[in-house]
Amino acid sequence: MHREFLMGNAAIAMGALAAGVELTSGYPGTPSTETLETIAKNRGPDTYVEWSVNEKAAMEVAAGAAYAGARTLVTMKQVGLNVASDPLMSLEYVGIKGGMVVLVADDPGPISSQTEQDTRHYASFSKLPCFDPTSVQEAYEMIQEAFDFSERYGTPVFFRPTTRICHAYASIDVLDPDQYRKHRAEGFVKDSRRWVIFPRLSYAAHQKIEKRNAELKDVFSEYGRNEIFPARGDAEAGPVRRGIAAGGISCALVRDILEEKETAPTLLKVATPYPFPERLALQFLEGLDEVLCIEELDPVIEEELIQITGKYQLSVRILGRLSEDTQVAGENTPDRVRGYLDHFMGREREALPDRGEIPAPPVRPPVLCAGCPHRSSFYAVKKAMKGKKTIFCGDIGCYTLGNAMPLDMVDTCLCMGAGIGIAQGVYRMEPDTTAFAFVGDSTFFASAITGIINAVYNQAELTVVILDNSTTAMTGHQPHPGTGKTMMGDVAAAVDIAAILRGIGLTFVETVDPMKLDQAVDAVKRAAAEKGVKAIIFKSPCAAIIKPGKPLEIDPEKCIGCRKCIKEIGCPGIVLENGKVCIDPAQCAGCGFCAQLCPAGAIGGGRDE
Amino acid sequence: MNKNIVLCGVGGQGTVLASRLIAAAAMEKGLKVMSAETIGMAQRGGNVFSNLRIGENLKAPLLSSGQADLILGFEPGETVRMLHYLKKDGIVVTNTRAVKPTTATLTGSDYDGSDMVAYLKKQISPERLFLVDGEQALRDLGSPRVLNVVLLGAAVRTGVLGLKAEDIEKVMESMIRPQFLELNRKAFLFFNHNHLGFYRYAAIFS
Repeated sequence: MHREFLMGNAAIAMGALAAGVELTSGYPGTPSTETLETIAKNRGPDTYVEWSVNEKAAMEVAAGAAYAGARTLVTMKQVGLNVASDPLMSLEYVGIKGGMVVLVADDPGPISSQTEQDTRHYASFSKLPCFDPTSVQEAYEMIQEAFDFSERYGTPVFFRPTTRICHAYASIDVLDPDQYRKHRAEGFVKDSRRWVIFPRLSYAAHQKIEKRNAELKDVFSEYGRNEIFPARGDAEAGPVRRGIAAGGISCALVRDILEEKETAPTLLKVATPYPFPERLALQFLEGLDEVLCIEELDPVIEEELIQITGKYQLSVRILGRLSEDTQVAGENTPDRVRGYLDHFMGREREALPDRGEIPAPPVRPPVLCAGCPHRSSFYAVKKAMKGKKTIFCGDIGCYTLGNAMPLDMVDTCLCMGAGIGIAQGVYRMEPDTTAFAFVGDSTFFASAITGIINAVYNQAELTVVILDNSTTAMTGHQPHPGTGKTMMGDVAAAVDIAAILRGIGLTFVETVDPMKLDQAVDAVKRAAAEKGVKAIIFKSPCAAIIKPGKPLEIDPEKCIGCRKCIKEIGCPGIVLENGKVCIDPAQCAGCGFCAQLCPAGAIGGGRDE
Repeated sequence: MNKNIVLCGVGGQGTVLASRLIAAAAMEKGLKVMSAETIGMAQRGGNVFSNLRIGENLKAPLLSSGQADLILGFEPGETVRMLHYLKKDGIVVTNTRAVKPTTATLTGSDYDGSDMVAYLKKQISPERLFLVDGEQALRDLGSPRVLNVVLLGAAVRTGVLGLKAEDIEKVMESMIRPQFLELNRKAFLFFNHNHLGFYRYAAIFS
């Protein structure tokens, strides 16, 4: 045992390694990404790890290995689970042999996600047990226990941290490598009555699952991480006896705040929201008049407690989201939780120092980096299609930031790969609109290909613009099928995007460097003029993975002060100093793109010189 | 004794390394540490912060308003944004040089941080406010990349962290790549070696 300062995701990864995980698969997604990366960095020779092409593929790979008896971990963010839900829902009926943990990171806020969906609901929907850690240390220990539970009950289990667990750091006690559990898969044993899903099998499995989950309610009532913290001080002295129920980071925040006071109400910590530890909850509710539920996303604990009070006819008022005592959306900040507790306990919040009238600090929205090829791609399309009736369907990735002024080139964004289909739908209703769908290289492989086949098959008019920056940039530069690298460090044959498109039947497929403005504009014009489904691959590496060029310079003699460079592309490398347009050498990537649109030829230097 | 620290700045300024150095030094002394960081898209020119907590019996890494013993600000506007975390008698160490938002040029904003510094001077009593001219310090040091350790050095000097300069220097050896170690050490000790400089750069206003 030794102590390390670890990020939550790294702690989960080290816990999985300590539990003898033999295969890890996943698809990048904030806040889950660092888990798989940490396993890749720290794995022994017997652990296989891969970034799969998407979450569905990752789930299936992990399931297959677990069929063969391996301990497996599959990682994704909450919306990734939607992609993987098809195999998941059936997998519960079939079951697994080796322990299989499905790590899904939820994102209250949301801080970097499309939705505030709650994976605990997926747990009850798919009938998979769910583990919900409250701290980094607990996450490290709990994932090891999750593997044990999974194996013992022959079912995949959810492990659901949230952003404030995933991206927190803590000094935690971890096992030394020689203390790790060694786990060896025995291999796949053929048994068609076990591994082939059929209605008859599913009927029997359904009964078995429900029986097991009823049993797990009791098992989890004994599980030490579900816990009742007794009241302290004279909290029970008043006429109304109160309790708090909480899970995840909210529970840690509640405990932190209660610690400050002499008196504290009793607290139920729910570490397994599904199956719910009913017997423990009954013990907690006994003698209480009011319980406040503090949790993020959906009112899962609250609904469970309401069900229990109904089932056992208890006269306890359960408060929370449904009673409008807590907020519907967003993250539970410490200030928010403090407010809930003060209100519930009838206390006044301690006065904060008076800070007078606070001047508003500047707003800092995220923008495409200086030298980002996406900026150039968007600008080329904008320029080529100026004055035409168009729709620009965007997708998930850094390039969603193309929506910001002055580019303003993202009309829609829904989920991974959706832009391709949305563009087709809009085209059906407005055939005179020239429809464009922008999709990144990693997103192309993950979930855009079927949409393009749909367009070809159904004879849509569509220009697909693939923004190929040779990496999965948004989540921190992971490799993907087009990069020719795998997470095992191997060199693989790079999957050729242009060849895929031609294979589907596209005849207009052109690969262009978006940093060369004239060529890029010309390619867009020609593509738009063609009939059917066409594709342009804008290929230029992410500015964050290549060495920046020499910063550009503006010749003050030549600059006519038109500010076209500022007004049209919005690059953070171009700034105003005392009313004069200048290049900020600390920001400029030396890409030379802005020089191409200067009407006075005043911008020079950079990469090509 | 628990210590609560807020580090704040703009993506790319190196707040995370400063936070890690404090954490590592505290751990060397056998103390427990928790922190919460901004990770992801906000790092691209957005505002970033760390909550760092040192002590026993911590449950969560996040701070409530009015709990911070120290705000270590890398940018005056970001210091003001996080000022609500400062406790009544807390200490502020901040860089006075503004980082303009990447959109400032487009929106025509004339933000230069001076309002923020003026506000801080008005709000925080002089013995608890340490203003560091980061740009000047970096020019003297000859590197634009060491603002984080310059500010950390100033913070350690105030004594509020309960850590000595040697504690940080020791962990720097294992956490900073050898080729950058000397420069970082020099930057960290900048105010020790420039006694007059400390007053020049980290003016204590009375």
